[in-house]
Amino acid sequence: MVQNSRLYALIASPEARLAVIAVLVFAGMAALSPDRFLSAQNMTSMAFQFPEFAILALAMTLTMLTGGIDLSVVGIGNLSAIIAATILTSFAGAGLTGTDALMWYGIGMGAAILVGACAGLLNGVLIAVLGLPAILATLGSGLIFTGLAVVLTNGSAVMGFPAVVAWLGNGLLFGIPVPLILFAVLAAGLSYILTRTGFGLKVQMFGANPLAARFAAIDITGMLLRVYVSSGVLASIAGMVVMSRANSAKADYGSSYLLLAVLIAVLGGVNPYGGYGRVIGVVLAVLSMQFLSSGLNMLGVSNFSRELIWGALLIMVMIINSRPDLLNPFKAQRAKS
Amino acid sequence: MFDLTKINFARNETLVLLVIIGFCFLAALSDPGFLSLPTLFDLLRGSIVLTIFAVAAMLVLVSGGIDVSFTAIAAFTMYATAMLLNIYAPGVPWFVALALGMLIGGGLGAINGVLIAGLGLPTLIVTLGTLSIFRGFMLTFIGQKQITTLPAGMREFGRMMMIRGENADGSFYALPWAFAATVLVVVVTWFILQRTMLGRSIFAIGGSVESARRIGINVPATQFFIYVYVGALAGLGGIIHSSMARVANPFDLVGPELYVIAAVVLGGARLAGGYGTLAGTMLGVALIVLVRNSLVVIGVPATWQSVAVGVLILIGTGLPAWQAKRSAARAA
Repeated sequence: MVQNSRLYALIASPEARLAVIAVLVFAGMAALSPDRFLSAQNMTSMAFQFPEFAILALAMTLTMLTGGIDLSVVGIGNLSAIIAATILTSFAGAGLTGTDALMWYGIGMGAAILVGACAGLLNGVLIAVLGLPAILATLGSGLIFTGLAVVLTNGSAVMGFPAVVAWLGNGLLFGIPVPLILFAVLAAGLSYILTRTGFGLKVQMFGANPLAARFAAIDITGMLLRVYVSSGVLASIAGMVVMSRANSAKADYGSSYLLLAVLIAVLGGVNPYGGYGRVIGVVLAVLSMQFLSSGLNMLGVSNFSRELIWGALLIMVMIINSRPDLLNPFKAQRAKS
Repeated sequence: MFDLTKINFARNETLVLLVIIGFCFLAALSDPGFLSLPTLFDLLRGSIVLTIFAVAAMLVLVSGGIDVSFTAIAAFTMYATAMLLNIYAPGVPWFVALALGMLIGGGLGAINGVLIAGLGLPTLIVTLGTLSIFRGFMLTFIGQKQITTLPAGMREFGRMMMIRGENADGSFYALPWAFAATVLVVVVTWFILQRTMLGRSIFAIGGSVESARRIGINVPATQFFIYVYVGALAGLGGIIHSSMARVANPFDLVGPELYVIAAVVLGGARLAGGYGTLAGTMLGVALIVLVRNSLVVIGVPATWQSVAVGVLILIGTGLPAWQAKRSAARAA
């Protein structure tokens, strides 16, 4: 009986259940195709694949914690990538190497992040100052950002960058893929901000109970502005990773990433109505998704069935999260007697 | 009689109507041929499927939920119906095809209904999940190839025209009977919402679930009905879409679910639930279709289309939100 309750305590939090799921998926896939799934090649290819949408999921997590959402992340990512790409192609060109190339890459990235921050600021003003519902404000602004990206490029891809651009998305640092390091740093940073700073506490307080947060004299406008600016910056970083991996920038890249980012955040245990969410949960959700899709890919399952399985996983986790007692026969019996 | 000072400009419906009138005015200035029957029929044809989807989305919003899976239901239904009929009963008349579509759509909607009404899961997450499930299931198990030879009934329905006319230059314009289906959907939904207890219950749940429960409304049963009805409407929309396009493409339809919801909100429905009108919904759809089809007429290049829709959404939802915020601040 003691063992029973210990086992239950282990799976009592949503994050712990996700960890179990991630391990189970990993073990299952490793058992089904051991030589291919466990190969070093597969491990690196997975590590290159997920950071771009995982970073978007981090942005989604941050905004969801306040009870909002950011549907403009893909638009911001593409617009900032296109700005950076335009700077790179018009001033640097494909042949440029050495410090000059590095300098222009730095300027391009700076401009991209600035665009992301401005776009996020626009969202923040719409939501915090003008009082629009986040879902509509970011839906509308997302259309505007995507639209501007189309206007700037006429819908075609911008390409022809110096070779240094490839490093962010395809390079290795001490044998570890650079995008993975980038994601790890961002996730750790976000986790630190949310759990160890006053700002993080305010974000969660506001998400849990906006009225109470107002009565606690929290500067809600300033807090929301910072949340959406951060979300915009994260989106532009994701845009830079996509640009580097695709070696081009285009207005409609990653359009399937939007719902995927929402799905990952929710799967990671983030409450879409605000107030609860932990970065570790989101990281575990991303890993489960990636293990599942890479594994299924190796088993020869089509790309489309991934969608089916992701959706099923989301609903299953939601059912379990809403009725945790289903997992604990011990508790259910006691309740009956 | 008609008193200009009594118009409430904070109402979305009024605002959207004014923008539509302004848009048509500008369009007529730059192209006098704009105000003509062919243009009107073009716009009406463009809004047939969108209006059905928007009515469905509005119903869910009124009940305080949000449904993003209806496009996947529509795509699934249209593809599955076309395939089923082609294999088993290629000769059935058009109304059987429509009925089968509504049945399949309603069945898929019932899955949403069980998860939302039965298990009490949040609507956004459930429908996000079922969106992936329906689409993934269709593409994995039913097929990925376009069906270019539709069953006879669907082909026939796509060809049936209510009104035909000939332009001065000899080209034809026409309004298909599918438009009547849209009108019927609007009328039936109006009747349910305004003339039945069920409809009043939907508004009550959207206003406050707890209050609705305390006055004796069966909340789960009402919610279950909503998602089945919405599924059936989505299925109908899917069948009409493929009949008119004369092809069942499984990659069609899914994607713009959020824009449909935006059109509905533009028409005044509240995301928080409890309020929404059919007139507003239709105006919202009309505006979106107008901008999509006729932006070029007022001299804006087509590449600016999505910027224009985005700006419209921000203004259309921003003005009322800002006014509400100001009046709340004044009251406090």
